[in-house]
Amino acid sequence: MQLTERHKEYWGKNLRVTSILLAIWFVVTYVFSYFAREMNEITFLGFPLGFYFGAQGSLIIYVLIIWFYARYMNKLDQEYGVHEGEEE
Amino acid sequence: MAQAQSQSAFFNQLKKYYTFYTGGFVAFVILLAILEQMGVPNKILGYIFLFATIGLYAGIGIMSKTADVSEYYVAGRRVPALFNGMATGADWMSAASFIGMAGTLYLTGYDGLAFVMGWTGGYCLVALFLAPYLRKFGQFTIPDFLGARYGGNIPRTIGVVAAIICSFTYVIAQIYGVGIITSRFTGLEFGVGVFVGLGGILVCSFLGGMKAVTWTQVAQYIILIVAYMIPVVWLSVKHTGNPVPQVAYGYALQKVTEREKVLNDASTPDGAREAEVRAIFKQRQEAAEARLNGLKEGGAVYLVAEKQKVEQKLADLKAAPTPDAKAIEDAEKAVKDFPADEKTAKAAWEKTAKGAKAKAGPIKAHAEAFPGKDEKARDVARRNFLALVLCLMVGTAALPHILMRYYTTPSVKEARKSVFWSLFFIFLLYFTAPALAVLVKFEVYNNLVGTSFAQLPAWVSNWAAVDKTLMAITDMNKDGLIQLAEITIGGDLIVLATPEIAGLPYVISGLVAAGGLAAALSTADGLLLTIANALSHDVYYKMIDPNAPTTRRLVVSKVLLLVVAVIAAYVTSLKPGNILFLVGAAFSLAASGFFPALVMGVFWKRANKLGAIMGMLGGLGVCMYYMVITYDFFGINAPLWWDIKPIAAGVFGIPAGFIGVILGSLLTPAPGKEVQELVDHVRYPNLEGDIKTEAA
Repeated sequence: MQLTERHKEYWGKNLRVTSILLAIWFVVTYVFSYFAREMNEITFLGFPLGFYFGAQGSLIIYVLIIWFYARYMNKLDQEYGVHEGEEE
Repeated sequence: MAQAQSQSAFFNQLKKYYTFYTGGFVAFVILLAILEQMGVPNKILGYIFLFATIGLYAGIGIMSKTADVSEYYVAGRRVPALFNGMATGADWMSAASFIGMAGTLYLTGYDGLAFVMGWTGGYCLVALFLAPYLRKFGQFTIPDFLGARYGGNIPRTIGVVAAIICSFTYVIAQIYGVGIITSRFTGLEFGVGVFVGLGGILVCSFLGGMKAVTWTQVAQYIILIVAYMIPVVWLSVKHTGNPVPQVAYGYALQKVTEREKVLNDASTPDGAREAEVRAIFKQRQEAAEARLNGLKEGGAVYLVAEKQKVEQKLADLKAAPTPDAKAIEDAEKAVKDFPADEKTAKAAWEKTAKGAKAKAGPIKAHAEAFPGKDEKARDVARRNFLALVLCLMVGTAALPHILMRYYTTPSVKEARKSVFWSLFFIFLLYFTAPALAVLVKFEVYNNLVGTSFAQLPAWVSNWAAVDKTLMAITDMNKDGLIQLAEITIGGDLIVLATPEIAGLPYVISGLVAAGGLAAALSTADGLLLTIANALSHDVYYKMIDPNAPTTRRLVVSKVLLLVVAVIAAYVTSLKPGNILFLVGAAFSLAASGFFPALVMGVFWKRANKLGAIMGMLGGLGVCMYYMVITYDFFGINAPLWWDIKPIAAGVFGIPAGFIGVILGSLLTPAPGKEVQELVDHVRYPNLEGDIKTEAA
């Protein structure tokens, strides 16, 4: 089994999207939490912003990250012809 | 369910079954509500809920019985993404999430959000680093992957040991939850409750393995989410007029914050009364500390002198011209409860001092992040918060019973979608819990504080009568009015009492108990199966007897399941303390032991056998070492590293694991061609001329 250039490109794109999403995850989780005290000075939808992110905002972003990754990768599989048959 | 049936027809059939099932369940609850109106006693309703739901799970288990290896271990790999998402949700959300989470948030405010974030954000790591690759690899257990990727029995064995350690500590917490719920709602004894629950777990997983567990977990998810939502929505409508609690509680939080300021401000009438009660607690704290000091200096002599003082007080009271009956009763109790020796005296007085100290200070603002008396204390609080979030997240992405669920989808594509559905279903509960905590706090601060002791709301007097650890209330300053500092609330109360706070009938309380039971049973199912599979598949089949016929493999697996379940129930019935620490420890251990070796196995081709061994042992070793030297149970109490609490020991174990993998791999030659091919194989959902690893 020999990997073609296209295969390597597919993996490269996977790594890229993984790193971008991981960076978003990191910022939302650690940077926002680190500055939670400062963010609490701001009010958002009636909540202190820091509290809002811990209780709701970050969770919504996590769901979106996974949704986007699944959609992106399932399309990428098709594009690079590494998708599976419909029925196993 | 014929194998020839197409996946989409199967999906439609499942949808039909579960829609029908949900309708049936709602009808069942309505029927019980009617029975309640007709005057059927609460205890009977509790029994009906308990046995009807356990019977239901058993029924699904029996219908899914199987003698096929692939169905037993991975549900035949045909669970659609949506349903695997629900099953994972139930597998994931334990008694601690269902009953404990809102209570933790009520008691700790912002700090408790570490659990909310940690137990959801971990799924990003599952989605990005593990689920699709493990699905492509497609065998039965997590040690399977370690064994194939790193070669030899050593990585597999370490994997088995690590899987058993973290799953076993976690399963004890679940069975404990089962015992608590059944005993509370039916009046059965705790030990009996444990074994009734265990029966429910076993009938389900024993006959049908993963297949039965999967379909039961979907059913359990539906019950637990309905049970969680109904009371919260009702409470939200009652307090804010808005049926979406997650949106509405911003308003309630503002009101709570205003009340906190008033209650902490001694110049307001309410605040002044709070200050009065706090002063009483301050005195108690000082008295207990004085006794502790006296004990330290005087030892046994001091203890005897103190005892005489207490007895003297009782004698004086009795001799008074107008005896005060209440004071005499208290004094008699003090004599009776006086600690017998120095050790119990020290423990009892330390507890008193600590409890009083917590009540003596001002209340902590709910939304305030990392509170502390100075910049340094706040900094330490923040560091611990972030460390705990990291451990919980990485631990989530490394717990074998969760990762195993992604073996059960029909394809890599479905596995990716299934992580999305998993988090979505988990998210529904986790973003409701903070709302519930704030809504109950709103009720307590606004409607309970300030009312008179003569007119206690029914839910307060009911729970205070049932269990003092959940609800205790005494008029400390004898003004006849309730002050916040006079109320002691146990975390578990929040979810359990919400139906009553919201003014709902008892049938909803029964529903909540059924939901808590579903949460605990579903998690216990998944964990027991993980342990039994690690022993039967990895140890027996892969290492001891690779030629064992199918029937014998299944028999071994079922016998082991039974043995493990009975051991777990036995250990639980001994009531080991510190359940919360056990749960935290399970996450830190899984994070340090599994995560580095699993992720590097996919993303770094150079990683090899020695790397995996060093990484797993190093991670586990550092994590355990830190827990042993710092957690007070072990009695060493060494100074903390960077003030990190022992529950977040994984924050040192995880980097140690990664360093171990890298060092070990670079010290020894790169893995052979087959391993390189295996890595390519898991990275691409489909390759021409690909090798095959999937086990049928």
